[in-house]
Amino acid sequence: MSNKNIRVVVGMSGGVDSSVTALLLKQQGYDVIGVFMKNWDDTDENGVCTATEDYKDVGLVANKIGIPYYSINFEEEYWDKVFQYFLDEYKKGRTPNPDVMCNKEIKFKAFLDYAMSLGADYVATGHYARVERDENGITHMLRGVDNNKDQTYFLNQLSQKQLSKVMFPLGEMDKSEVRKIAEEAELATANKKDSTGICFIGEKDFKEFLMNYLPAQPGNMVTEDGEIMGRHDGLMYYTIGQRKGLGIGGTGQSNEPWFAIGKNMENNELIVGQGFTHPHLYATHLEASDFSFTTDKSYPETFRCTAKFRYRQEDTNVTVFYNKEEDSAVVEFDEPTRAITPGQAIVFYDGDECLGGGTIDRAYKEETLLKYI
Amino acid sequence: MSDTIYLDHAATTPMHPEVIEVMSEAMKHYFGNASSIHQLGRESRGIIEEARRTFAESINANPQEIIITSGGTESDNMAIIKSAEKYKGKHIITTEIEHPAVLKPLDYLSKQGYDITYLTINNDGQITLEQIKNALREDTFLVSIMYGNNEIGSMMPIQKIGHYLKEEHPDVLFHTDAVQAYGTEEIDVRESKIDLLSVSSHKINGPKGVGFLYKSNQISLAPLILGGEQENKLRAGTENLPAIIGFKKAVEVRRTNKKETKESYLYFKKLFISKLQENNIDFDINGTIEDSLSHILSVHLNGIPSDKLLIHLDLENIAVSSGSACSAGTVGHSHVLTSLYDENHPAVEETIRISFGLGIKEEDIIKSVDKIKKASIFLKGK
Repeated sequence: MSNKNIRVVVGMSGGVDSSVTALLLKQQGYDVIGVFMKNWDDTDENGVCTATEDYKDVGLVANKIGIPYYSINFEEEYWDKVFQYFLDEYKKGRTPNPDVMCNKEIKFKAFLDYAMSLGADYVATGHYARVERDENGITHMLRGVDNNKDQTYFLNQLSQKQLSKVMFPLGEMDKSEVRKIAEEAELATANKKDSTGICFIGEKDFKEFLMNYLPAQPGNMVTEDGEIMGRHDGLMYYTIGQRKGLGIGGTGQSNEPWFAIGKNMENNELIVGQGFTHPHLYATHLEASDFSFTTDKSYPETFRCTAKFRYRQEDTNVTVFYNKEEDSAVVEFDEPTRAITPGQAIVFYDGDECLGGGTIDRAYKEETLLKYI
Repeated sequence: MSDTIYLDHAATTPMHPEVIEVMSEAMKHYFGNASSIHQLGRESRGIIEEARRTFAESINANPQEIIITSGGTESDNMAIIKSAEKYKGKHIITTEIEHPAVLKPLDYLSKQGYDITYLTINNDGQITLEQIKNALREDTFLVSIMYGNNEIGSMMPIQKIGHYLKEEHPDVLFHTDAVQAYGTEEIDVRESKIDLLSVSSHKINGPKGVGFLYKSNQISLAPLILGGEQENKLRAGTENLPAIIGFKKAVEVRRTNKKETKESYLYFKKLFISKLQENNIDFDINGTIEDSLSHILSVHLNGIPSDKLLIHLDLENIAVSSGSACSAGTVGHSHVLTSLYDENHPAVEETIRISFGLGIKEEDIIKSVDKIKKASIFLKGK
């Protein structure tokens, strides 16, 4: 089948990555349609809405490359599936990853379904990841070639069914190439700043944003020995291993800086300790659940692979003890690993292939449960 | 673009070739400011006054009763906001299904403390004179009712309302937004006892950015836009001469063939409906076919989400419309359909509006219904 008979619906955000995605597919001769997903309304007191501005950029780019474009409202789905999850996790004292959930529920579910109803054969996004289809018709998700940009961590929940409908044209490139292509094609987004943070918070102050939705419960900052070191603004504002924002000066036994090393939800206490390498920050294994694998291959109860516990982290060698019935696993690290964060994703790799992942529930040091929630 | 089948003439219309011609000529030859005393200014002044006469004649008004504006929206804003000035905090009657160009100024007045009654529509998308009678109060000063609705085409009993008000409540002002109706209906402001009437050029194959407000010389109104003595001191700003010339030509063209135009649209409407039936497409008409604007057809296609259908048709080069424009290019629920049914009725998300106009051919209708059929089968299979 020639490319012109293959319809690809591109999720266009108004950023440079998805702009170039659409351009490349158009150049390859596909029947390309651009769709802007409106997931959040952040209209401010001056009537300015990021989505409206981004949509204008989508229009400029789509007209430039000569493709039709439309805007679809997914605000309801986003609120129900991503934002509620985001708040719920914080309420439980965990640190959610809304990008993972947005990919799972919105971009590769609601949007993908919508695209299919427009007669799409594939959907494409500007993610830095690769898909490779083997001779048995199985789609493998591989890390993006630009190691610094690889986004498979956020895509770990995609199923084989979803991946079979996906194209990631930027996976073979690095960011500088993408910018260069955009500039050469004179796309309006060529020099647009990359969006930072979570789409619904944008550039806003994270604390201030969260305060609008969850009541903050200030409490004490204490050492492991129970010494009160100060007050915290609410446990949800702190992540395990965080240094910034504690406001404890050079006191204590050493002159080393202070870190959030744990949380005690029951007493609403933030546990603090000194030194980047504080022992309470290191775990030897973790428990995780809600797994999803990228291929339908079945995994043995015990297997070896590498894993990432956060975005842009080096892989760690691990042994996975997977309980299929409970959809949970114990993952043992070859080396103790710092700042394992409940609520974040654990993602498995075999070389370049992303095998899938789950959500971290608990971290342990040997037999001891680390007080991270 | 030329191979697009354009069925969205209620949104806007292509300019008539004769309109384009007179405008091109005007842009070449006339640039004088109509307020200037010199020859070039006088020339422009003359052209504008001729246009004013044409506009006036088209609705049986006097030329001094015509205020040339930037279009229907400005006309509605001026009629409503400026007529309210003398009646602080008093009462206005309108319908739930007015165009936002009426509803938004009313919102604005409501926030200033005015009291607004929004009449609900019946199953045909219409209101009755009885509803007006019941809503009238001692302090009612304005009744604003659209001539025909832009989404479902339903016509309102304008003449009955006008007569009743003049006889029983002569002090109450009567405004009608005739933006959709002007191209096909015989409008007579004297006969219908209308005080204020809004018209737009681009709905009748004229240029965008021009329209007029008819204001009976029995009433006075202050200008909405200040800054000059133009339009009898009622609308400041240097006149948009090429647009006014184009609008005049569009009115002239339409006047010579209004009846035939209306009949051809009615024919297309009936053809469209019969083709839907022939193709066994499951549909209902929103509102009524009788007593509705000939160029507007609103159909509820059972089980077919209109946002998706619209994209399918667009990809086949067929332009129709659905819902109402919302933020960032998305489509929101139509306030007209939620008024006709309720928020949860399937028609709200399964309705497309087809509107006829210049250049449509019989085969366009047949092809469009064919594509609707094709898209429906695809979407139902999903």
